[in-house]
Amino acid sequence: MAAVTAQPQVDLREPKGWRRTRNRAATVAMYLAFVVVIVPLGFVLYTVIAKGASIISWSFLTSPIPVNVAPPGVGGMGPAVLGTIEITALATAIAVPLGVLGAIYLNEYGGRGPLARFIAFMADVMTGVPSIIMGLFIFTIWVLHFGYSGLAGAFALGCLMLPIVIQSSHEMLKLVPNSLREASYALGATKARVTVTVVLPAAIGGIVSGSLLAVARAAGETAPLLFTILTVTTANPNVFSGANTALSTEIFANADQPFLGAQARGWGAALTLVAIAFILMIAARLVTARFARYQH
Amino acid sequence: MSTVTQAGPAVPAGSAEALSERRPLGDRGFQVLALAAGLLVLVILVLIAISTTQQATSWFTTEGFKGIFSTNWNPAANKFGAMTFVYGTAITAVIAIVLAVPVSLAIALLLTEVVPRRRARPIVYVVDLLAVVPSVVWGLWGILVFAPWVQHIYASIGSALGGVPVLGALFGPPTSGASFFTAGLILAFMITPIVTSLSREVIATVPAIDREGAYALGATRWEMIRGVVWPHSHGGIVGAVLLGLGRAMGETIAAALVIGSSPVITSHLFAPGYNMPAVIANQFGESSGVFRSALMGLGVMLFAFTIIVNVFSRAVVARSARRMRGA
Repeated sequence: MAAVTAQPQVDLREPKGWRRTRNRAATVAMYLAFVVVIVPLGFVLYTVIAKGASIISWSFLTSPIPVNVAPPGVGGMGPAVLGTIEITALATAIAVPLGVLGAIYLNEYGGRGPLARFIAFMADVMTGVPSIIMGLFIFTIWVLHFGYSGLAGAFALGCLMLPIVIQSSHEMLKLVPNSLREASYALGATKARVTVTVVLPAAIGGIVSGSLLAVARAAGETAPLLFTILTVTTANPNVFSGANTALSTEIFANADQPFLGAQARGWGAALTLVAIAFILMIAARLVTARFARYQH
Repeated sequence: MSTVTQAGPAVPAGSAEALSERRPLGDRGFQVLALAAGLLVLVILVLIAISTTQQATSWFTTEGFKGIFSTNWNPAANKFGAMTFVYGTAITAVIAIVLAVPVSLAIALLLTEVVPRRRARPIVYVVDLLAVVPSVVWGLWGILVFAPWVQHIYASIGSALGGVPVLGALFGPPTSGASFFTAGLILAFMITPIVTSLSREVIATVPAIDREGAYALGATRWEMIRGVVWPHSHGGIVGAVLLGLGRAMGETIAAALVIGSSPVITSHLFAPGYNMPAVIANQFGESSGVFRSALMGLGVMLFAFTIIVNVFSRAVVARSARRMRGA
């Protein structure tokens, strides 16, 4: 009996003094870091919405781009909206199928072989290649021979999107359980058929959501378009030939204009671009929530 | 793909050859297609290297190694020294890293160690929003709103620190709203999401049993982070930081708008400067001949730098992830 009472008292309360202070300080610092991030983000979004909302309207989104000296009420960004949609859609049509196919190679065919692992590694590295390099690259191999066009811009954006789509699709294909593949093989299906009719549908939610995020990233990019579409002010519905324009490059051109009208149109274009990126991001989240069968 | 080839009676059932011979053309075609799409990544990277280097040769033959290491950039006099821009790229990227890494690490720790998973998700969304805002929008905000606002702060810091030995050389006058520091600061906002998410992935690999062991010994959360999380994950975090460095080096449009576009080498962080991607973006359109070739050369150097940084960072991350799994 005496042995029980002799046991030392274990103090389970939070430690006092310097140790507690330091722990509290560290926790406060972590929350502060989050605040440090929210402030500029809020500042940017507030400015873009406040300055953009005053000019944006249906006619702003459809009217032709006026001369820079035109006052804020005149004209709009119609050609740039058209250009951004055309070029991004074309880039998506080029990069997403190739990216998904590449991911299929990495996960279904290459497996853990050296080539597949090397390609996966280089795809990771390629996501870090600056987007302006993609612009210079397409300028060199395409624009110098065939001239400026929306197609050249789409190639540059496609180069940017390709590794992102490969990366995200690869992650999603990894999550598909092997039992699905094995069951299909047991039914006598070929590998291509298993991949297209069983594995892809099982991962489609994640693949679509990853691709939407890649599109959101590409739609806002400026640097790859600078040297590939030339950024004219007239609308060019033909995406395959002739100089084109886009919201991002118009913002870049308007940002260092001294004219208030040009700046206002820049803010309107910025709000449009941010809205496009946000819509794509929210769509990606919705697709993930609704269709993703296997998640991390 | 739908054709089913009949196995001849001579083929013994179950042998490996029989199975491979029975693969229809469509099946093999699909495999080749997938392989080609995978190889496209390597093809594009090699083509980037070859084509841009080719375009840069006329700069290299006229200026040589001396040109690359020269600081004299004067297109009117046909002088194209690259060092000013290499210096600017290094300065802005370092400012971005110094500002972004502590914040990113703190947020990553907040998400993994402090808030419950349910409440972590909205925080992740908000941090990711920083990456959703396009680069050009950061630039537009930076040059029209932030730079005019911040230049008074720079000016008062500059006049306060002007006489102090080391700080005066870094933060003293001349000051301008569009400067190295503004560019570095905006780059820091832009790379915070990627550094945060990679650090978070690395920290998440710390085994729960180690965490619980530290808590069981009576450690506070901060002591647990320093004693368990940090030793486990610092290798991977170095990789995440390097990846952020690569992004900061190559980020173009925001820097092009807010860096001040002045090709000088100066220790003054609040003074206008220039970096490699910004000068390419701003001057490529009106360039030709050796001038254009020199800008291409800057692009080649930028490509090489970012490839090196990225290969290194991915290798570091992969190695630390492997070690974690092995442990």
